[in-house]
Amino acid sequence: MAWQQAMGSHAAGGSQAPPAAGGGETQRTQYPYVTGTSVIALKYKDGVIMACDTGASYGSTLRYKSVERIKAVGKHSLIGASGEFSDFQEILRYLDELTLSDHMWDDGNSLGPKEIHSYLTRVMYNRRNKFDPLWNSLVLGGVKKGPKGDEKYLGMVNMIGTHFEENHVATGFGNHLAIPILRAEWREDMTFEEAVKLVEKCLLVLLYRDRSSINKFQIAKITTEGSTIYPPYSLKTYWGFSHFENPAQGAVGSW
Amino acid sequence: MFRNQYDTDVTTWSPQGRLFQVEYAMEAVKQGSACVGLRSRTHAVLAAANKPASELSSYQRKVFRVAEHAGVALAGLTADGRVLSRFLRNECINHYFVYEAPLPVSRLALRLADKAQVCTQRSWKRPYGVGLLVAGLDESGAHLYYNCPSGNYFEYQAFAIGSRSQAAKTFLERRFEGYNDYTPEQLIKDALSAIKETLQGEKLTSSNCTVAIVGRKDDGTLEPFEMIDAKRIQEIIDSMEAVEEAPAEPSSMQEEERGSDAAPMDI
Repeated sequence: MAWQQAMGSHAAGGSQAPPAAGGGETQRTQYPYVTGTSVIALKYKDGVIMACDTGASYGSTLRYKSVERIKAVGKHSLIGASGEFSDFQEILRYLDELTLSDHMWDDGNSLGPKEIHSYLTRVMYNRRNKFDPLWNSLVLGGVKKGPKGDEKYLGMVNMIGTHFEENHVATGFGNHLAIPILRAEWREDMTFEEAVKLVEKCLLVLLYRDRSSINKFQIAKITTEGSTIYPPYSLKTYWGFSHFENPAQGAVGSW
Repeated sequence: MFRNQYDTDVTTWSPQGRLFQVEYAMEAVKQGSACVGLRSRTHAVLAAANKPASELSSYQRKVFRVAEHAGVALAGLTADGRVLSRFLRNECINHYFVYEAPLPVSRLALRLADKAQVCTQRSWKRPYGVGLLVAGLDESGAHLYYNCPSGNYFEYQAFAIGSRSQAAKTFLERRFEGYNDYTPEQLIKDALSAIKETLQGEKLTSSNCTVAIVGRKDDGTLEPFEMIDAKRIQEIIDSMEAVEEAPAEPSSMQEEERGSDAAPMDI
């Protein structure tokens, strides 16, 4: 497989010559290495809540168990990332630079979640056009005072620059497993407690069904008062369901 | 033989600590026909007196839309002004492309000032010979800035630049304290009155002035920067003249002014 070729060529040297440094030939990111899984986020009464697990996989190995994949950006935004972890760290560096220079104008203006989202969209789309994408799905949430009062914002952008705004979003596996739940149960006026309950329900489904998720989660919220990223915690699981007992039973296939 | 030893390039100081070339550029602003700007909390108005270069020519435009939320009025070398307004348009459109949000007016004015400053510190450059009134709306409300060739810039409630602008400034100084609460209509009227002061007797008509406005509507949405059409300006001028020609019956507002702290000379 191409994946193994890319991994293996470093050790073996391979029959293909490695790309010449400065010879006009460059190697782009073709595969992610260390990846984080789903992020889910939704708007609630006072702001936006975001959640994900703290795992990072090396290929399909659950390699790292406590990495933070949700960070605060400036005063009004939260960013959550799934996908290549080093690319996320690079993005955080861009955002640090951006918010720092924004702060250094010292004129009372500050970038809101909408502006940060737009900026990231430009970065992601630009990189994919260079055939060197940042291998992430990013979630941006925040609250900022606008001319019509406090405005909640929640949006997503992926590695090819596709972007949108929604009341609830989920990346990766969450897009398949959490979105149906969110569509059924999300309300505009949820309290924080209700939002946490809903988020935990989604996380638990993901924990059961997504092999790269781990049982260590982080929840974060952002309101007009600012952002809070809560310490990691675990959810109670129950593996006694009959479908979990013998998963291969009745399954069509050789395994 | 030499009138001044220290004015052959912009970067040479005089022993008195002056940069003559920069000061000459500041003088160029005073040669152009007048522009005024004033703002309330929610709206900013720019107005300019249009002076044809000769009897047979038309006048040069002096008010430019920079973006949906901002515009400029300029006095001095109009050619330099066009270059600068193109620069401002570029800055705004680039910012909008990246952030999908308008560039705050203070940053717009600052970028302009930085551009002007560079020209005062390079021996092979010349300062821009134009003063710009930058008016616009951002999150913090309506703003008015004056940018001059020296690279300095100031924020104002109301200001006038260009030839005979002193008369307009005197007019604005008497009235600026109330401007924060003015309606757009009132701002336009005062802008026209201020322009009229600079005409020194010449009749103010819709054909020798330009007025533009930008602001925030009551529902919080943007009222984009727009030139007010000649017909409406003429109607406003006519209504102002009608008030002036009416018998000098003291209105309640004048009464109030007299009652408070107005000096006898003002009445």
